[in-house]
Amino acid sequence: MDGLNALKKKYLDQIMAASDEAALEDLRLAAIGKKGEVSLKMRELGKMTPEERKRAGPVLNALKNEITSALAARKASLADAALEERLKAEWLDVTLAGRPRSRGSVHPVSQVTEEIVAIFADMGFSVAEGPQIESDWYNFDALNIPPEHPTRTEMDTFYMHRDAGDERVPNVLRTHTSPVQIRHMLAHGAPTRIIAPGRVYRADYDQTHTPMFHQVEGLALDRDISMANLKWTLEEFCRAFFEVENVELRFRASHFPFTEPSAEVDLRCSWDKGQLKVGEGDDWMEILGSGMVHPKVLRAGGIDPEQVQGFAFGIGIDRLAMLKYGIPDLRAFFDCDLRWLRHYGFRALDVPTLRGGLSA
Amino acid sequence: MKFTLNWLKTHLETEASLDEILYALTDLGLEVEGVENPADTLGAFRICRVIEAVQHPNADRLRLCRVETWPDGPGGRTEEVQVVCGAPNARTGLVGVFAPVGSYVPGIDLLLKPGLIRDVESNGMLCSERELMVSDEHDGIIDLPADAPLGELFINYTNRNDPVIDIAITPNRPDALGVEGIARDLAARGLGRLITPVIEPVEGHFKSPLKVTIDPDVMQKGCPLFTGRLIRGVKNGPSPQWLQDRLRAIGLRPISALVDVTNFLTYDRNRPLHVFDMARLTGDLRVHFAQGGETLTALDDKDYTLDAGMMAISDDAAVQSIAGIMGGAASGCTAETTDVFLESAYWDPVTIAATGRKLKINSDARYRFERGVDPAFTPRGLELATAMILEFCGGEASDVVTAGAVPDTTRHYHLDPARVSSLVGMDIPEETQIATLKALGFTFDAMEVTPPTWRPDVQGEADLVEEIARIASLTRLEGKPLARTNVGVTRPILTPMQRREIVARRQMAALGYNECVTYTFVDKAAAEMFGGGGDATMIANPISSEMSHMRPALLPALLQAAARNQARGFQDMALFEVGPAFDGGEPEDQHIEVAGLLVGATGPRDPFGARRMIDVYDAKADAEAVLAAVGAPMKLMVQRNAPGWYHPGRSGQLSLGPKNILARFGELHPRVMAAMGVKGPAVAFSVLLENVPTKKAGKATRAALEISDLQAVERDFAFVVDEDVEAAVLVNAAKGADKKLIADARVFDVFVGERAAAQMGAGKKSVAITVRLQPKSATLTEQEIEAVSARVIEKVRKATGGVLRG
Repeated sequence: MDGLNALKKKYLDQIMAASDEAALEDLRLAAIGKKGEVSLKMRELGKMTPEERKRAGPVLNALKNEITSALAARKASLADAALEERLKAEWLDVTLAGRPRSRGSVHPVSQVTEEIVAIFADMGFSVAEGPQIESDWYNFDALNIPPEHPTRTEMDTFYMHRDAGDERVPNVLRTHTSPVQIRHMLAHGAPTRIIAPGRVYRADYDQTHTPMFHQVEGLALDRDISMANLKWTLEEFCRAFFEVENVELRFRASHFPFTEPSAEVDLRCSWDKGQLKVGEGDDWMEILGSGMVHPKVLRAGGIDPEQVQGFAFGIGIDRLAMLKYGIPDLRAFFDCDLRWLRHYGFRALDVPTLRGGLSA
Repeated sequence: MKFTLNWLKTHLETEASLDEILYALTDLGLEVEGVENPADTLGAFRICRVIEAVQHPNADRLRLCRVETWPDGPGGRTEEVQVVCGAPNARTGLVGVFAPVGSYVPGIDLLLKPGLIRDVESNGMLCSERELMVSDEHDGIIDLPADAPLGELFINYTNRNDPVIDIAITPNRPDALGVEGIARDLAARGLGRLITPVIEPVEGHFKSPLKVTIDPDVMQKGCPLFTGRLIRGVKNGPSPQWLQDRLRAIGLRPISALVDVTNFLTYDRNRPLHVFDMARLTGDLRVHFAQGGETLTALDDKDYTLDAGMMAISDDAAVQSIAGIMGGAASGCTAETTDVFLESAYWDPVTIAATGRKLKINSDARYRFERGVDPAFTPRGLELATAMILEFCGGEASDVVTAGAVPDTTRHYHLDPARVSSLVGMDIPEETQIATLKALGFTFDAMEVTPPTWRPDVQGEADLVEEIARIASLTRLEGKPLARTNVGVTRPILTPMQRREIVARRQMAALGYNECVTYTFVDKAAAEMFGGGGDATMIANPISSEMSHMRPALLPALLQAAARNQARGFQDMALFEVGPAFDGGEPEDQHIEVAGLLVGATGPRDPFGARRMIDVYDAKADAEAVLAAVGAPMKLMVQRNAPGWYHPGRSGQLSLGPKNILARFGELHPRVMAAMGVKGPAVAFSVLLENVPTKKAGKATRAALEISDLQAVERDFAFVVDEDVEAAVLVNAAKGADKKLIADARVFDVFVGERAAAQMGAGKKSVAITVRLQPKSATLTEQEIEAVSARVIEKVRKATGGVLRG
């Protein structure tokens, strides 16, 4: 049996010392291969007496198993070491920038328009649209602005060309989104709740005016909608839009031909380094015009003012975007400077939702 | 509209502070645009006395003054201050104006500090008129009469302590273009009592030798009433100081008593008047429509030619006034005027507005008449002006000459107090409603309400509501919830087109494009390059030639944006816009486009070699991505008929059938690139969103998915074909070989060019495709695969003449 112990020690030592897989294979063959030392000894078991075999068999089997395990363990540890070596050599400079991917952006006007739509949709307003080249009647007359009304000259209207001899009243570039009210009333009647966002035009270009800008019109008609409902609606809107709980609005009497009574609406705010803070401070900022739809406007829209009343308002979308996101210059909105688009733009998946938070 | 606080107080007896008045004005709809309070800028300067002025020890031109000042005002303690002064008129005994240390001197933008001037202490300043911004006078310091009240505020002494208020007047409130009307609003609000003095008629002493007639057609429409009178023996000197001060405070230049009276009443009562120098008139006056071609030099010294239909006032010789807008220079009053004919007439707003606009005259008279003055005040305005002229200039007034009559503007509307509450949503007691309207001059017959003659804007019940709400103050309005339209979950509200626009925009941004919003108008040359630029889409009054035409497409503005960005040093970019383009000048000639523009390389230079120049296949892929995003059908026809702004050989259109174009894509035409100043390469596409067919609503279910567990087999084929054979033809032919078995066929290699020609013959190229076979019932045998392959080769040969590459 001492011979077996020596055999065991010899192989286990050699296995531990083997430096590669080939050496291990040689050892395997020498020990437990067909003609290996251990295998030969096992073959001798046949010549033994049953008693001797009973004693020597398990011992030899154990020896074979032990060598097999030692071979496997050493093989694994050699593989691990080889892998370690390989990994050490496989080094890349991961501080290099990733493969370039262009990042697109959504314009603030589009983003804010979607925000506005999300808020009003929740209050049951759908989105109406109308043409930007508009007839004089929809843009003015139907909105209680007769031809000689001073508002017409004050609005800096763009007129479309008419050929000499064409006696039709020239079309205009709509000066506000209000004509959509008329188109919608004529097509759908009352009750109704709509907003109408879109481009509008005034012949004016300076620090704070561009000849094209964006407005959203609101219109809610029913039997008993009041100016108090208008105030609540606008308060709710501002709360949701500016994402602050504290919102205070001030209604101030004003005049628009298409509403009566009319009110300009101011928002309580403060300014901190050019950034607006809503709901606090002692400043009031004019943010929109509104009022109860004028009976003449309802009639122009084919609605009986004895039966139906309601409110309308108009808000500048660009201005809302500037206020909410701290964008300083209106003219830059339409300049398409890549740096501006990337800085003030929104990511493709920044879809504004009420459940997730508009600017979350 | 500007006025001063003291001026207001001649109409309003009030205890209210300036701030209370300002707040009320804005709240009433008379929005305060600015206030200049001299007390804020000049309130620190008091009258002082120079006790002694001696030569400065170290400077020839400076004087050393011991000045007696009254820091607490007249009668208070005095303080002696040493001041170094360079004015030549600084002398012992001078009564002047002192600016103490710590005060801000507006005329020289200086905060006074104690100082040393040539080693001598100086603690304050003796002021010149320019330093106090009262005039440009700076030759010496202010030198007041010896009896000027010492210690009094300079602004009190000179009647300047009167805040000037500037308010914006909305077009519906002509009455507020007079101080009286503003006072009436404030009184109705409860800020005081209206105390406008009653006008006493001035008795005539003789019959006016000058007669006035109104042509019957003018009387019908343009001028229902003309009143006037001759005042003879006047002396037209300067008007009294208080009147000059008032006019100057609101930015008007005092001219002479006669002119100042007319200007004053314009602002005080919204009653423009005109004065003719009787000596310079020939015969009588006639109000008539111009025949056209009459000329006149007006009071602004400009020459005007009247069009037919404009209203004029002529004497027997010539046109003497553009009625209601501006008088003529020839018959205007001067310092020599002794006999003056005073005019107070009512002019129709519409006619005045049209004439004023055509002649481009912006006068106070036009501004007021076109908004509507009080017709009933016409004769009283004449009386008031007469009284003032007699007071300031002496003379004797004739009887009043009247042509026409005060037009009847009487109308009445029913006041329903409940309606007020229902519209405004504010409870205002009936008595308050009635009291409010009465305070504004409305008269009642039971609940039938007649608006006052000075409120032409009140044209219905809703206007009564507005007046009541306005005076009650909308600030008091409390929001009330607007009931939801449906009780449950919010219903979808977007139309399919609206959804499409949103999806297309977000898809573009996801593809790496930056969204632009560009002006809807472009210059004519750019419009023409993109199929527009015609007269129908021309703006009659553009603000510049760069913005003269409605855009026929979105690309021109995007190309201009690209050029601007290249000038800023950005060569590669991906820009897009979603918006309207215009096919004509009528409301219905508008369509929605999604336009994308790629310029330069796919990205910045990188260490991986990923960068490459963009090409037409980028544009095509992105156009297809947008189409897929908005739910367009997958199988579209590709035609080579893109519009002329694309490269003819490197562009195409994606369509449903030959007619319904869904998108265009391609490399931009080199001529367009050159004209737009964009450095290439540049490719672009536009998707015509409205042309994409709408899916049927309410069909959410998908078709059942059919997949097979059987192994699919891919076989590659390389064909040699003529160079101009299109890949689509070849692929379609291959697919047609066995529609059941062939799941897909794709090109994976094209070998074309000189080397290809060298191998395969001139004009030839190789196109390699892979065909995927998907069996559905049993695994394919080699024979079956061979059979399909043979059919593919045959089909391709038939369709393209191509043969398998050896």
